[in-house]
Amino acid sequence: MNKIRHAPKGLRYIALRLLALAVVDAFASWFLYLLTRDRAWPLATAIIVVTLGVNIVNLRTDLYPLRWLSPGLVLLILMALYPIIFTVYTAFTNYSDGHLFTKQQAIRLLAKEQYLSESAPIYRWTAFRSPNGEYALWLMSEDGQAFLARPGEAIQEGIPGESGVGALDEEGIPQSIEGYERLSRANTVRFIPEIGALEFGQLPDTIKVSSLDKAAQYQQRYVYDEARDAIVDSTTGKVYRADETTGTFISSDGEALIPGYQVPVGLRNFKRLFTNPALRGPFGIVFLWTFEYALLAAFTTFVLGLFLALVFNDPIVPGRKLISSLLIIPYAIPSAISILIWRGMLSPQLGVISINLERLFGWSPAWRSDPGWTRVAVLLINLWLGYPYMMLVCSGALQSIPQDLYEVAEVDGANAWQRFRYITLPLLLVSVGPLLVASFVFNFNNFNPIYLFNEGGPPIPGATTPAGYTDILISYTYRLAFAGQRGADYGYAAAITITIFIMLSLITVFSSRYTTRAWEEVSENA
Amino acid sequence: MPSLTKTRRFRILTSRRRMIGLLLRLAVAILAIIYALFPFLWIVSAAFNPSGSLATQRFIPERASTANFEELLGGQSYSLHPYKLWLWNSIKIASIVSILAVFIIALSAYAFSRFRFRLRRSLLLGVFLVQIFPSSLTIVALFLLFRQIGDYIPAFGLNRHGGLILAYLGPILGINVWLMKGFFDSIPRDIDESAMVDGASHWQIFWNLILPLVRPILAVVVVLVFIGTFNDFLLARTLLQSTEQFTLMVGLYLLVQTRFTQNWGLFAAGALIASVPIVVLYLLLQNQIVSGLTRGAVRG
Repeated sequence: MNKIRHAPKGLRYIALRLLALAVVDAFASWFLYLLTRDRAWPLATAIIVVTLGVNIVNLRTDLYPLRWLSPGLVLLILMALYPIIFTVYTAFTNYSDGHLFTKQQAIRLLAKEQYLSESAPIYRWTAFRSPNGEYALWLMSEDGQAFLARPGEAIQEGIPGESGVGALDEEGIPQSIEGYERLSRANTVRFIPEIGALEFGQLPDTIKVSSLDKAAQYQQRYVYDEARDAIVDSTTGKVYRADETTGTFISSDGEALIPGYQVPVGLRNFKRLFTNPALRGPFGIVFLWTFEYALLAAFTTFVLGLFLALVFNDPIVPGRKLISSLLIIPYAIPSAISILIWRGMLSPQLGVISINLERLFGWSPAWRSDPGWTRVAVLLINLWLGYPYMMLVCSGALQSIPQDLYEVAEVDGANAWQRFRYITLPLLLVSVGPLLVASFVFNFNNFNPIYLFNEGGPPIPGATTPAGYTDILISYTYRLAFAGQRGADYGYAAAITITIFIMLSLITVFSSRYTTRAWEEVSENA
Repeated sequence: MPSLTKTRRFRILTSRRRMIGLLLRLAVAILAIIYALFPFLWIVSAAFNPSGSLATQRFIPERASTANFEELLGGQSYSLHPYKLWLWNSIKIASIVSILAVFIIALSAYAFSRFRFRLRRSLLLGVFLVQIFPSSLTIVALFLLFRQIGDYIPAFGLNRHGGLILAYLGPILGINVWLMKGFFDSIPRDIDESAMVDGASHWQIFWNLILPLVRPILAVVVVLVFIGTFNDFLLARTLLQSTEQFTLMVGLYLLVQTRFTQNWGLFAAGALIASVPIVVLYLLLQNQIVSGLTRGAVRG
């Protein structure tokens, strides 16, 4: 046992470390302030946990070993663990297009909307321009009051001698404003497109130029009334109450404001998944195909890999090393690229495979538009991508089978098939079995062949959500979240993700007969 | 002498059977090699075929030229598919990720190997368990996470390489820590102990003693992480949105997605440039892993 004898004690080292910690804390506090202002609780919680952890680990000498782990663990918690937890959280919310924000953010976004009221004050304006293209407006109201307005700053009263305002001329307009140059009439006309695009002043009171000499004050349209928990439309006086079950501001006649906000919806996403007939149809097809795809992909790659390993396992084959180097090349090419190459080769009418099938048999399958043939194509591509791994694994496992077993069997008169069936296969499955389960799990989520070959298509007709015949659950989830013509539905996508995860966990547990050995090895090393 | 003739006949029989077996095996080898290499050779042919379209490709191009490469690396339509930029983005991201990753992994492996502390076993197991959760399942959550971060810190938000790099580094500990910890374990403690008697700190032992000893395994991890990051499609596709931010894999997909049949030659040239270095690295790495393993063992 190695007691932790000394954390390094150099004074400079300690000072440096504390300084770094202070910087981290300052940054975290600033971030937390912004997050809590927007009530973004999940991320805020994660940041608090991580920051506290880093502080504790760095301030307590008895946790010295954890300092070494802290960079990795911080990344693990924020970028791997938090997304898992956040997926669970999202599955129970209505997070989707139209409900992207927290309530606070939605209120703030709505507050940015402005309108020009008929009774709004009108000003005459004069523009000033700085050398780097910033503008300031000198505003004169009808009753002769003067104001100075800059974009993003509160409008202030225009008093000569303050804020760099120079002496006024006979019209009451300053000759100069420090840092700006007064624009002549001609120059004003030249710059009017730029000036017209700007909002002067700060929300909720902003001023926009409406003509060559007139500017008008815009007013905030949607005002949040905290007492009633509602938003009032200043133009019409209409009241939109916050509806916490759907996450929208909704008026008494059923009109909803856009954007809405996120609210927890309980099991609604899961209920939709299993009860809504329009969703259940495509989901059922996708669900079944995912299992078929994962099973067949694992099985076909294993069979071809094992076959090749058996063929080349015999030392009489010359150049075995060269052959196996060439045969694992499909494994070395980036899989995204290989799939796109196959996409080209299987391209109907034009791809090399289709052309030659056509030439030989006068017919070639509709690789990308017929549901059945597209599935075959995806499996063929997957076979090409996956057999080298299985071949490597199997030839390793074959070499560890004791040779005398075969000699004994031969003496006993066992033929080649019997030797394979009763010696090779059982012994091989002991070591390769867990890898087959792993291959199944991997292919269950093997997104690339599905998406890159045909984007999950051909589409399932009549599906209310975008879904195709080769879509597996993970690509279906991806479509729901990122490629929906009807808008993204993250809550629903997360619900499917959780369903996948639960199924995979169950499969892993049930197959633990095979995997316990791997587990034992893992814990022995600990 | 009947038994002798029997053995001889048996020998002839087996040698004939062996010959047939060998021929069959060689036939299988040829078929398998054609199967394995055909797509690759086809793309080489397409890359040097100046007509550049899927329909007019022959296996041996009639007038082989580098027209596709020239067009890809700076032709008229370069702004539509800035290949050099994509390549640079990919190399940049993969390099940063792999170097940060190896450093983070080495720090953690040192702690697991050299210290005994509470939670050590559970952390080791936890690190292993998190990576069993397929990272593709968190893609939606990662997208939402980076969109949220981007609202406050744009450099680490969506469509930025900073965010993508963080996302790649998240699940990096995993099996790599186990691998490297094994190597650290194989270096005898006596080295540390004697250095400690001489007053060396843990940091000095880690940096000056252990790391130089495990250089081969560091190189292996760097190359593995580099390849993994360089090849990734899903995460880059999800987090990046504008053409000039794309990585190579996303860019090539874009090239294929729009006007596939016309862009076939360009795609082929791009695929070739992208995959040849990776294939070479991979074939070199096979020996590297083996030698890394043996060297580590010898030193231990």
